[in-house]
Amino acid sequence: MAPFAAQVFGHPSGHHRQARAARQAVEDARDQVAELLGAAPGEVVFTSGGTEADNLAVLGVLGAAARRRAGQETVVVSSAIEHAAVLEACRAAAARLPGVEHALVGVDTLGVLDLERLAEVLAEALDARVSLVTVMLANNEVGTVQPLSDVVALTRRLAPGAVVHTDAVQGAAWLDVALAARGVDLISVSAHKLGGPKGAGALVVREGTELEPLVVGGGQERERRAGTHDVAGAVGLATALALVAKERDAEAVRVGALRDRLADGLLDAVPSVTEAADRKSVVPGTCHLCFEGVDREELVVLLDEAGVCVSAGAACASGALEPSHVLAAMGVPARIARGSIRFSLGHTTSPADVERALAVVPEAVARLRG
Amino acid sequence: MRVLVAMSGGVDSSVAAARLVAEGHDVAGATLKLWGGPQSSGCCSVADVDDARRVAQQLGVPHHVFNYASDFERDVVEPYVVAHAEGRTPNPCIECNRHIKFDRLLERARRLGFDRLATGHHARVVELSGAFSLRRGADPLKDQSYVLSMLGQSQLGAIVLPVGDMTKPEVRAEAARLGLRTAAKPDSQDVCFIHDREGREGFLESRIELHAGEVVEAESGLALGAVDAVELVTVGQRRGMPAAGSRRYAVAVDVAARRVTVAGAVRAAVHEVTLEPGSVTWVDRPLADGEEAVAQMSAHGRPARCTVHAGARGESLVCRFPVAQRPVAPGQTLALYDVSDPDAVLGAGIVAGSGVRA
Repeated sequence: MAPFAAQVFGHPSGHHRQARAARQAVEDARDQVAELLGAAPGEVVFTSGGTEADNLAVLGVLGAAARRRAGQETVVVSSAIEHAAVLEACRAAAARLPGVEHALVGVDTLGVLDLERLAEVLAEALDARVSLVTVMLANNEVGTVQPLSDVVALTRRLAPGAVVHTDAVQGAAWLDVALAARGVDLISVSAHKLGGPKGAGALVVREGTELEPLVVGGGQERERRAGTHDVAGAVGLATALALVAKERDAEAVRVGALRDRLADGLLDAVPSVTEAADRKSVVPGTCHLCFEGVDREELVVLLDEAGVCVSAGAACASGALEPSHVLAAMGVPARIARGSIRFSLGHTTSPADVERALAVVPEAVARLRG
Repeated sequence: MRVLVAMSGGVDSSVAAARLVAEGHDVAGATLKLWGGPQSSGCCSVADVDDARRVAQQLGVPHHVFNYASDFERDVVEPYVVAHAEGRTPNPCIECNRHIKFDRLLERARRLGFDRLATGHHARVVELSGAFSLRRGADPLKDQSYVLSMLGQSQLGAIVLPVGDMTKPEVRAEAARLGLRTAAKPDSQDVCFIHDREGREGFLESRIELHAGEVVEAESGLALGAVDAVELVTVGQRRGMPAAGSRRYAVAVDVAARRVTVAGAVRAAVHEVTLEPGSVTWVDRPLADGEEAVAQMSAHGRPARCTVHAGARGESLVCRFPVAQRPVAPGQTLALYDVSDPDAVLGAGIVAGSGVRA
């Protein structure tokens, strides 16, 4: 990746030797990404990250649908626990595009999509045809893996005209996307969730999927996303995906064991702690815990001071934490959600890191509980 | 000493943080998100948070953003709205100081292991043999002791006000000397949750129904005119009141009856202000019955001598003024200062009503 950030100055759309080198790097990366995600090279659109990929999927599909249906009603169905990149894109589509409505499908108390409700929504929407169903592969807050193959099957049966999108940003580190998202029409991935660079991602767009570009200009990415390629980013994404794929199974076992050690250790050591989701359906890298009687804003500060970096959820534009829509959708009471944090484990996490967290967290929680 | 600085993104709290860093304290900054509204300026806009964060980065100290939006809604905004619906006019900045900054944030600072909470208020805390006093800031034009007048010993002992001994020009000069991006930033003037464009009327209109009402002369009982919204009239207000030959002040607002009572300057003048039972707080010790004090009834109001007396109802307090005062709106805060040491705050309470001596 590094040479393309510093040494190969060519513009991949140019016609000289430097340009050809850059072009080849992008196309090699595209081949690699396509193979790892179970797609054809022509189906891979490089983006500036997961958010852009999600936006392109949602607004691109609905933009095309709204135009095709010329103002007739059409529906985008999403789970209630999607990342803001998807939820806000759905809301923007409903607000900006004539005839577009957004329907939310809830989850059960363990954070897994309510398939019966999805079936109802798809069946109810028959008159207003469903254009898009979007359900994430794994949730970014609580880590729950969603029943994607069921979503695909239900959509094909009840809304055959609809395309299915999955935000695989969180899931791609732990699941074989080619397998897990089989039959899905649009797949978003992001490099930084795989140890790659921030600001690089891709959207897989299955051949034949109607999509309006969000960025127009020089016609790059087969007119699905104009703009000079981020060559280093594309190479970084491909490399990260390849490395993850090579070590995924072993890492899932190793990190899953560390996660269990952390979760069980904290459940043992700290009173009044709960796991919001069922660990059996959670990706190995996520340990989401609710510490009753503690404010997550305070816990994050204390743990940061002790050298343990955790996430307390999504922030708004100012950087302040917002109440979790995921926990709300799961029916977690606000007073429990208030003390919820996510420990993320990954490739660089060592047993020593977990022991350190186990040493630090109970003390911090006790201090905050006074 | 470990100090958490409440950084609004303004110049005062920027310099407060810088001074603490320069003194060698272990400093962290915190900006409060109080309001989810779209306003572009005020205490908690994204731009202000950015300014606070950039100043903290420049000073090399950690910066946190704490979300108190739901507390702020419950303890400041909602009571503000309810008060207007009942014809009272509270001071939301004081309520924010009371409930958010010097209560929840102070508690949080303690839990997080900070020795002190600092703010950029222009006032001074002085310790003398274990007792803390609250004094006016060094800059008489910017003095903010009024909005801190409800603090007691437990809070005063836990806070630092690093710019209280500076004048505003000194604060700006210091910020400029340090190259802080907030050096020339204008002072915030307005209530942070009310947008310039919508104003108080627009804000209240979105929350409660506003009612037109009649304006009645106190002496004669004659109707002199009308107002578009009784809820927007503040006792003591002259603007918008029918003049009928001479200036008229609003002396009573009765929302239920849709009536504003006005009177001329002489008749409107009050000699007595009663404070709500339970609202009275003391910096150190209560004043004795009949003791003299100096009262201030708005942020930059003119101080006036009074004597304080136990009220008839419960813990209420009555301030009697030998010199007539303009009427004070119920809901406003009355701060009491020391007669012999006029910079020293003695206590405060919320005005229940004002009138001529009973």
